[in-house]
Amino acid sequence: MADGTSVDDEAGAARFAQLLADEQRVEPTDWMPEGYRKTLVRQISQHAHSEIIGMQPEGNWITRAPSLKRKAILMAKVQDEAGHGLYLYSAAQTLGTDRDTMFEQLITGKAKYSSIFNYTTPTWADMGSIGWLVDGAAICNQVPLCRASYGPYARAMVRICKEESFHQRQGFEILLTLMRGTEEQRAMAQESVNRWYAPALMMFGPPDDDSPNSKQSMAWNIKRFSNDDLRQRFVDMLVPQAEILGVTLPDPAIKWNEERGHYDFGDLDWAEFHEVLAGRGPANSIRVARRRQAHEDGAWVREAARAYADARADERLAS
Amino acid sequence: MTSPGESGGRETWPLWEVFVRSSRGLSHVHAGSLHAPDEIMAVRNARDLYTRRAEGVSIWVVPASAITASDPDARGAFFESPQGKEYRHATYYTESDSVPHL
Ligand SMILES: [Fe+2]
Ligand SMILES: [Fe+2]
Repeated sequence: MADGTSVDDEAGAARFAQLLADEQRVEPTDWMPEGYRKTLVRQISQHAHSEIIGMQPEGNWITRAPSLKRKAILMAKVQDEAGHGLYLYSAAQTLGTDRDTMFEQLITGKAKYSSIFNYTTPTWADMGSIGWLVDGAAICNQVPLCRASYGPYARAMVRICKEESFHQRQGFEILLTLMRGTEEQRAMAQESVNRWYAPALMMFGPPDDDSPNSKQSMAWNIKRFSNDDLRQRFVDMLVPQAEILGVTLPDPAIKWNEERGHYDFGDLDWAEFHEVLAGRGPANSIRVARRRQAHEDGAWVREAARAYADARADERLAS
Repeated sequence: MTSPGESGGRETWPLWEVFVRSSRGLSHVHAGSLHAPDEIMAVRNARDLYTRRAEGVSIWVVPASAITASDPDARGAFFESPQGKEYRHATYYTESDSVPHL
């Protein structure tokens, strides 16, 4: 055709629309609109970067965890997050963007990742708050993604969700142990929850009327629920959990609304959200610098392993 | 022809597809992919990445570039043969529905 591959594109577009209408999955070799591909690469790689950067705030406490058991648990969790990053890079890669490119975007500060990981973890209680609130919010976000229309993404999410529930429970138990402890330990748990609560709620993204891309993502069956719906669902789960813990959620506006059948809660400080997202959070520069250093320090290992593999391949050819 | 999952380009290490057998008596099932310099590291990385919770008793790794896939654009024609051949399924034979043990 004179104007390119329009016949193929038209057939492809019709098939793509039909797959979505039938609640079917789109697979890597299917025709897909450029916008769909771009949105997915951006979302999946940002998600992968978040898992990888997310190892840092907790990795910070591995050597100082209060017992051998706590160390082992924390290491297992951080290792899971590395795995989540790798599942997601694999999924993004099926869309035609290679991993080295994604790594480079992360360590040069070009790529975004969840702004929650730009907050610091000054106390042991933060390991509890991260598990309970941050992994909790992540689960809330991720469960619907198990039904995302892009097959490799949905499959990665299924695997991730299976592993996440341990993360949330171990965090809850860290806080529970502290809340059953001394006055100082209870204060430490409360102080930590005070710091993490609002940033965790912001993990669902800006309010719906300030989230321009949500609508298209929902039309493509990538996103299943709006940011505000997911945030509401999360608050509804948190309130009774906080009661069991005996901590106070730092929002005086939280109140059961009989009519709506949901908890009301106060407005969030979106100016802070945008500041952190723009790179001016408490730990943005450290996070990226650390990641870059780890990547660069590991270069000789990657090269040596490659050289060894090449030498062995040559040997086999020669023999 | 491209292999499934391969994005080409400038990767340092090749891509491997990973298959895990979850217990004796079951097939190896595709679990995902990973990058590794050689087959030995690929098997080790696969263990760490896909069997952290005793999900497997055996692992296969295959270079993604060694996999040949059916042509995705020809899927209609390629898989046409079984179409309209419902008589290959037991459910086609309804006359015997009420007959026990059949
Ligand atoms: Fe994770
Ligand atoms: Fe997690």
